[in-house]
Parts: sequence; C-alpha cells; structure tokens
Amino acid sequence: MAVLKTENLSYVYSPGSPFEKTAVDNVNIEIEKGEFVGIIGHTGSGKSTLIQHFNGLLKPTSGKIYLNGKDIWEDKTQIRQVRFKVGLVFQYPEYQIFEETVYKDIAFGPKNMGLSKEETDRRVRATAEAVGLSEGELFKSPFELSGGQKRRVAIAGVMAMEPEVLILDEPTAGLDPKGRDLILEQIKKYHRTFGTTILLVSHSMEDVARYASKILVMNESKLFCYDETAKVFERAEEISQMGLSVPQITRVFNELKSRGIDLGEEVYTVKFAKELLVDILKKRGKLHD
Amino acid sequence: MIKDITIGQYFPGNSIIHRLDPRFKLVIALAYIVMLFAGNVFVSIITGAVFCIVSFALSRIPFKLMAKSLKPILPILLFTSILNLIFIDTGKTVFKLWILKITSGGIETSVMMIIRITLLITGTSLLTYTTSPIALTDAIERLLSPLKKIKVPVHELAMMMTIALRFIPTLIEETDKIISAQKARGADMENGNLVQKAKAMIPILIPLFISAVRRAEELATAMECRCYRGGEGRTRMRQLKASAHDFVAAGVTMIFFAALIAVNIII
Repeated sequence: MAVLKTENLSYVYSPGSPFEKTAVDNVNIEIEKGEFVGIIGHTGSGKSTLIQHFNGLLKPTSGKIYLNGKDIWEDKTQIRQVRFKVGLVFQYPEYQIFEETVYKDIAFGPKNMGLSKEETDRRVRATAEAVGLSEGELFKSPFELSGGQKRRVAIAGVMAMEPEVLILDEPTAGLDPKGRDLILEQIKKYHRTFGTTILLVSHSMEDVARYASKILVMNESKLFCYDETAKVFERAEEISQMGLSVPQITRVFNELKSRGIDLGEEVYTVKFAKELLVDILKKRGKLHD
Repeated sequence: MIKDITIGQYFPGNSIIHRLDPRFKLVIALAYIVMLFAGNVFVSIITGAVFCIVSFALSRIPFKLMAKSLKPILPILLFTSILNLIFIDTGKTVFKLWILKITSGGIETSVMMIIRITLLITGTSLLTYTTSPIALTDAIERLLSPLKKIKVPVHELAMMMTIALRFIPTLIEETDKIISAQKARGADMENGNLVQKAKAMIPILIPLFISAVRRAEELATAMECRCYRGGEGRTRMRQLKASAHDFVAAGVTMIFFAALIAVNIII
C-alpha cells in the first residue's frame, strides 16, 4: 500500500480575488514506502505548494490526500498527528530556530509529541549524530553556529520526530558544494538506516539523479510525470524544453546517441557512465585490468 | 491564511480614479470630508452621497469590497447611534420607558450620523483602494514639503513610511513561513489557555524579530552602498505630473463645493 497518495488534488491561492492562482492542478500520485523521491520543477511550478499538502499545512481546495490509506482530513482534530508522521523541512529552515541551545531546539518537535524525557533525549542525540553535530555543539547557542551547521540543526529538529515520511524542500539552497554534498550524504545515510520514505525537492538535476530512485516532475501546476529515474531521463528533451536542466552527463550521452553512438542505456550519473564505458571497453578487449 | 489580510487595501486597477494624481486624490478626499460635515445636514449628505457614488462607479471597485471596509466600524456606528438615540432630547417623544426617552430629534440625528459615518468611511477607503501605499506616501511627502522650511524632516518621515509599507507584505510572508515551519514541528497554537497560547507565540516571535533585524541591517547596507544620505538634492524616478483629467476632477469637486455653499446660502 502506498504511504502517501493524492487523489485529484487541486489548490487555488486567494480564490475570488484578482490574485487568484491555481498552484496545484489535479495531481494524482502514489508514493510507495521506503522510496527516495526527487521532486523537481521550475520556481512557481507548484512543488512547494504540493508538499505542504502532504503534512496537512494546506488544505486542498478539492481532492484528497491519503496517509497509509487514511484520508488525513477525515478528522480535523487529528491533523497534528499527521504532521508528526510526515516531517517537513522548509527551505532555509535555519530561520525557524529559536531556542537557547541546539539541544532544546532539536527537542522542540519530540516535546510537542508528548514524548518522555528519556525518549526525547535519545532522539535528540541520535539525530544530532545523524546530521554530524558533535556532543559539544549540542549545548551551544544555535546562533553561534555557522550557516551550514544551523541548517543541520534545523533538519535534525524534524528528523527527531522520527516521521514515516521526511520531506525536504531544497535542503542545500545557499550552501557551498562541500556543505551540499555533506547534507545530501547524511540524508542518504538516514534513509538507509531508518528506511524512512524521503521526498527531496531540488533544483539540481545532478543531485536528484544521484540520490533519488524515483523522480516527480511538476510543470505549470500540473504533474508532468512520476517515474523511475532512468525512465524520467529518457524524456530528457521534454524536460529541457520546460527549462529544467538534465544532468550534464545525460546531455553528453544523448548527444552521442543522436550522432549514432548508442550505448543502449540511460546515463544520468558520472559514476554509472564510467562503469558503462569501462565495461564496453573491456568487452572490446581494449582495456585490461 | 494570514496572507489574505489586505493591508493598505490597495485594489489594483486602471480606472479614471486609479489614474488620478495621488496629490489631487488626497486633497479631493480632504475636501470631500469637509463637504460631508459642512452646513445643513441634508444638503451636505446628499451632495456627499452623490459625489461618493459617482466616484465609486468610476473606480470600478467591486461593491463587496466596500461592504468589507465598513465591517470594522459597525460597532462604532451602533454605539454612536444608540448614544444619540438616548441622549438627544428634542422634538416629539416617540417612545418612553422609565428614564429612557426616545425623541424624533434623536432618531433624526442618529440616522444622519450613520449615513455620515458610512459616507466618510466609504469615501476615504476609496482613496486607499485606488492608490498604492507608495504613491500615497509620495503624495504626502510632496504636499507636506513646505514644512521643510521649518525643519520638519518630511523626506525622512516619508521614507520611513515607505519602508514600513514595503516590508509589511514581506514580514507577513515571513511570519506565515515561520508559523508553517513550527506547525510542521507540531507547535499547537489553537488550543490551551491564555498563558499557553502566549507561550506558543515565542517560537514565532523570536525568529521573526531576528529576521526583521537582519533585514533592516541588510537594507541599511544596501542603501549606503548606493550613497543614500537623505532627501537633499534627490530627484525622483517617477515624477508626479498633473494632467488635464486631474484638473477636471478638481474642477468637478469645486463645482460640488460651490453647489453646496450656494444651497446653504439660499436655504
């Protein structure tokens, strides 16, 4: 059974005013448990609006959302429980930090869940470790930390609720390449360790291609496609036409294909390209171990 | 959602009223207020009503919005009319109960008062509906500029107002985001007693203040980088220029005024 499912989901901002805008238009998707999904789309394509429906921050104008087969708006009073099960990390989450210490800030979510002190403590320490914060940093003021560290504190704050689904909206925005790789690796490791379903919103096709097993593409408020990574990149041309970039390496191999050199596989990471080429060269006996 | 609150209530459009020079609009609005409260009650109300309805029709603002602008003053309307009803003691007695006495004079005054206040609010909100807050501060700065002679920092005040107005939507958006982010971590803002509710505001206010201060710093730096140092010798990108139809509008207002005075003299 799908962990998250939407049915004809639509959302309209400021209906009835001159600023009316359909942000999500009739979206139907099913996300399986344990999946690592990359969500891509232009600025204003509706991806941020879409993810805010998954944990009940926005109520759909029409349509339904199911979490583990249950309509999340069936009982309005239980919406907080949905938010504990579907953790959402916003863009630039470091701006939501408010506590005196890193420890207290990470503990905010678990405390709201009404967990015991011991359980909260366990979770704070476990997630701090998962995002690479040291024991010493736990009792510092979060405002003394660097931007990248603050970001990780904020992500840990959501992870500490141990949600079934973790959604991250551009967790690497504004970070340098090193900080970006670090955070993405930590998310990947978290995914492997806890088996949490991950939804990663990103602008970077490279990042999505490297980590996600499935990709959801939003275009002009509509769902363009939701499929396995390789299948999505088969439609590289359409994606480029939308103004989204496909990974550089995919572009290279597509160009090769158009010039008559078809390697028979969809390539979207450098690592895979290397393996593929080495394989081919070995087969032709031009490369020896 | 918090974003739906209209502040400054500007309703974009391209009607004749929208295109009027904001300085003229401001002065005309003041003249309109004087019109409502000058001389004979009936005459001023009729003139005011006609003036208000005509400009309203010209502005093409939906009627629904006008009704919305009246909602917050309903309590004031009720309060004043009840006071007038009870305390004015002229004319025939219509109704008497113990010490409560309602007279025809009281009824008349309170009805007139309701109409006057309604006209006052609808007329003046037409100004804010059809003029962007920035254009309005611009107009205020220009109209008050003679006060510079007596060392009133008109430009600085107008700049502060402009900045404040400019940042209201930004800060609202920011608040909205912070509220969503804390809600996503299970913050509960709806339930609980007063103390709990006040406490629930902390996770919102602290990040909001921090970001407001950060923004102020960034803005100050950006302004200094562009050598901003007050209004002295500063020219404007968008010059306010009075056009023919501004003078027509002013003329129409004057005609209304003249009619009002004439009728008052004749009666």
